[in-house]
Amino acid sequence: MPAGALTKKRPLGDRSFQVIALAAGLLVLVILVLIAVSTGQQASLWFTSQGWKIFSTTWNPANNQFGALAFIYGTAITAAIAIVMAVPVSVGIALLLTEVVPRRWARPVVTVIDLLAVVPSVVWGLWGILVFAPWLQRIYTSIGNGVDGIPVLGSLFGPPVSGASFFTAGIILAFMITPIVTSLSREVIATTPTIDKEGAYALGATRLEMIRGSVWPHSKGGVTGAVLLGLGRAMGETIAAALVIGSSATITSHLFAPGYNMPSVIANQFGEASGVFRSALMGLGVLLFAFTIIINIVARGIVERSARRQRGA
Amino acid sequence: MAVTTEPGNIDLREPKGWRRTKNRTATALMVLSLVLVIIPLGFVLFTVIAKGASAISWSFLTGSIPPNVAPADEGGIGPAVVGTIEITALATVMAVPLGVLGAVYLNEYGGRNWLSALIGFMSDVMTGVPSIIMGLFIFSIWVLHFGYSGLAGALALGCLMLPIVIRSTYEMLRLVPNSLREGSYALGATKSRVTMTVVLPAAIGGIVSGALLAVARAAGETAPLLFTILTVTTVNRNVFSGPNTSLPSLIFVNASSPYVGAQARGWGAALTLIAIAFILMVVARLITARFARYAQ
Repeated sequence: MPAGALTKKRPLGDRSFQVIALAAGLLVLVILVLIAVSTGQQASLWFTSQGWKIFSTTWNPANNQFGALAFIYGTAITAAIAIVMAVPVSVGIALLLTEVVPRRWARPVVTVIDLLAVVPSVVWGLWGILVFAPWLQRIYTSIGNGVDGIPVLGSLFGPPVSGASFFTAGIILAFMITPIVTSLSREVIATTPTIDKEGAYALGATRLEMIRGSVWPHSKGGVTGAVLLGLGRAMGETIAAALVIGSSATITSHLFAPGYNMPSVIANQFGEASGVFRSALMGLGVLLFAFTIIINIVARGIVERSARRQRGA
Repeated sequence: MAVTTEPGNIDLREPKGWRRTKNRTATALMVLSLVLVIIPLGFVLFTVIAKGASAISWSFLTGSIPPNVAPADEGGIGPAVVGTIEITALATVMAVPLGVLGAVYLNEYGGRNWLSALIGFMSDVMTGVPSIIMGLFIFSIWVLHFGYSGLAGALALGCLMLPIVIRSTYEMLRLVPNSLREGSYALGATKSRVTMTVVLPAAIGGIVSGALLAVARAAGETAPLLFTILTVTTVNRNVFSGPNTSLPSLIFVNASSPYVGAQARGWGAALTLIAIAFILMVVARLITARFARYAQ
């Protein structure tokens, strides 16, 4: 074959395929930019008409007051509850799968975790509001009566209590983020070099000591990333929270009291909104988008960096 | 660990005392965390099956949606079943080919250049964008101009599926051995032909099962549909125009209804939805298992 044949210009069909593939890849960036621009545009009326009052505590659509602080607070509280409950459990399961059970027992456990991820958000919400919340209400009531009047506990867990509350939403969110935190932590933990683990055992370490000495230093970066990704999910998860959070735009230290968070107020009120009201809900969406994008970028950055370090090592 | 006086006779038993207690406690806590997950999962599945199974029948799956006050044995969820199938299918037709092409760019063309790294990174970030944001986005750029329709809902679900399909396809393409590509190039094939006839067929099992998992995820989503398709009680066979409804939307509305009949229809719809997602997951696993056997 003459040398020229290899440097010949590629046929048109071949080049256009490359262009189409590139366009499909670029679509991701285009969509992300379009989300920011289009929702930002819709939300601009809220920012211009309310000024700094967008961060006030009063949300009263009938009175044209659209302060977002109660929802930001609710988002932070419910996400924090979810993280506090889901992270130890997820890391525990991840360690159980990688370090304790034999491989053929790991498969059914992974199936259970996958099943947890398959249950749709709205089914968690349906079960949460019709079954779980009424049951929790009895527990909340007895705890509430028990701690009423005690300084710190009373203001966290005391009355008023309601089955649909910050805490119920936090628990449901914890169920929902457990699969992703578990599977990401497991991936990271599984990359611990066998030689590190065997080294610890050879020095006479128990399994716990091996985990603390070999697995943990190796995987803490990746697990931090996994936790942040779980946090992003917990902040944005909408439908389950919308059904069980109690729908009350209040800022209170009482975790068993009804509250609201950003995604659920959008879900519940957008249908009836127009004008500044709709623009304010769009604005909540923009804030939520900004929060979750930042958290996800940081988290993915941490995960990628720790993965790269492991490849390099 | 005590070493006896005889060389080569090492005590390999678990150390006694405090260290053993701590170690066993840690193991017990790990098992406990698994139990803490299994209990609520079992509780949810049991409730959905117990309350949903009695509702489900052929006439329930095809009947029209009655007013919320109607008793449990009246009407059904037919329009929601039709809507979910229409909208999810349309979203799949849009998102899967684009996602596969995007992954082809990342793995076959981009390689390690900065643009491909950026797209891959942002695609992972996009999987973390809350689904309700996709609903607001499509509302702003589509619904405000063209009105509510199944297509609008499908666009929102498609945005949700796209990064998931890209990620799963990309992982599969990376597993295709380079020798396959090199062999085809040696025969004089162009890059597009190698991709279409060698690389993609080699990875097809994994691509399909990844796509099915993305479909399962999308079929259960409510938030992107709330402001794009609304909810209706009659069948809308035209996915391209007019308000529509879906199983998740119906469950969402009925969950906050005080009427027992509406709640019963909600449980029936929930069981239908979980069954759909479960079947998709099982099929995806079967395909993966089959593919893994071929690969060996």
